[in-house]
Amino acid sequence: MTLLDLANPTKFLSLTARVLPWLAGATAILLLIGLYQSAMAPDDYQQGATVKIMFIHVPNAWLMFVWGVMSLSALGTLVWRHPLADVAAKAAAPIGAAFTFLALVTGSLWGRPMWGTYWEWDARLTSVLILFLMYLGLIALWRAVDDPSRAARAAAILTLVGAINLPIIKFSVDWWNTLHQPASVMRMGGPSLDKAFLIPLLVMAVGFSLLFVTLHLAAMRNEILRRRVRALQMMQASQQAA
Amino acid sequence: MTALAALIRRDIQIALRVGGGALIGVLFFLTVTVLMPFAIGPDLALLTRLGPAILWLGALLASLLTLDRLFTADHDDGSLDLIVMGRTPLELACAAKALAHWLAAGLPLVIATPVLGLLLNLDAAATAAVALTLLVGTPALTFTGMIGAALAVTLHRGGLLLAVLVLPLSIPVLIFGVAASQAAISGPLSFGTPFSILCALSLVSFVIGPFAAAASLRHGLD
Repeated sequence: MTLLDLANPTKFLSLTARVLPWLAGATAILLLIGLYQSAMAPDDYQQGATVKIMFIHVPNAWLMFVWGVMSLSALGTLVWRHPLADVAAKAAAPIGAAFTFLALVTGSLWGRPMWGTYWEWDARLTSVLILFLMYLGLIALWRAVDDPSRAARAAAILTLVGAINLPIIKFSVDWWNTLHQPASVMRMGGPSLDKAFLIPLLVMAVGFSLLFVTLHLAAMRNEILRRRVRALQMMQASQQAA
Repeated sequence: MTALAALIRRDIQIALRVGGGALIGVLFFLTVTVLMPFAIGPDLALLTRLGPAILWLGALLASLLTLDRLFTADHDDGSLDLIVMGRTPLELACAAKALAHWLAAGLPLVIATPVLGLLLNLDAAATAAVALTLLVGTPALTFTGMIGAALAVTLHRGGLLLAVLVLPLSIPVLIFGVAASQAAISGPLSFGTPFSILCALSLVSFVIGPFAAAASLRHGLD
């Protein structure tokens, strides 16, 4: 089974139909374990119970790699004209936007008790907000055109330009932030995280990644079926017209 | 080379003649700057402090407003198809078109800056700093904006979609443009650091912009 075999949508559908239930089950089990462990984790000596927002917030923020998945799909669309690449890119965009939105919302809810405000023009929050805006722009581009293959090529170019620009934007926002407010915001250091927090966090991160894979495959199936329905409708319409 | 020079000359001529609309950007820039005191209040000290930011935002919006014209007119009369099929590499042709667009629509914004600086009570040094940063920064706005313009023209959607796609990409230019102007006026940072990063951003956009725009034209037009 190579990538080329998967290019056949029918093979892809039958393969994913077999894999998806297992993936969904594994995701549910991991998330349940992760949630249980998070609930059982001790309170932080400084942050109290609010530290548990971290177990939801960090895995969501982790899933910013969805833009990387979309960039690979964009290369697939432009370079190899892989038939499933634009389906993958289209299905990933709303999921990535949703995870980014959740990262923003949980970050904001965490910020309220910690910093005393829902929104802080902190470098990380600001760059995630810009990432969210770019996701929305990309979705708007997908929705602006009715011909899927034309929209796919346009979206692929925008995705790649975004992939080049996102590090530049991240760097600029960091720079802007240090210029305007000297580090006033408390941050948890990664490596100094205690084991009691680290293990549930890792379980949740793996669970969320699996959740993304499951949702992505399901969305790709839907998109393929939606295109088939569209093709059938077009055929029917042209038969009626003839 | 002559083909590119001819393309640049033609684009500038079209932009400056009746119906070209390049100078509408300057008028828009002026109007936005005049609107600001109505929103903020006629406090000259405050306007001086916000001046560079106001001028940069105005220039950003004005250059966004004229971007729509970069490919649309050529697409409507069919000359864009000729450019795509022509023997000149499409990347170079895109770069030439963007250069012509900047000369006709971006450079006037820089030239208008000293006059608008007077309205915002900026002194000579501050105005010079803002004009210099705009001179270096507006090409980056044009060349990154060209990607959005090319996408919009291939999709037959201009206007709002273009703005939504282009504005997030112009955030770094805005950050470093305003930072360099502020550094020249009040410090504490040295002017050189943000200014050289701004130059770097422009140079990067010269590379990415034409290639991405040419790719989207080649894939999108049919």
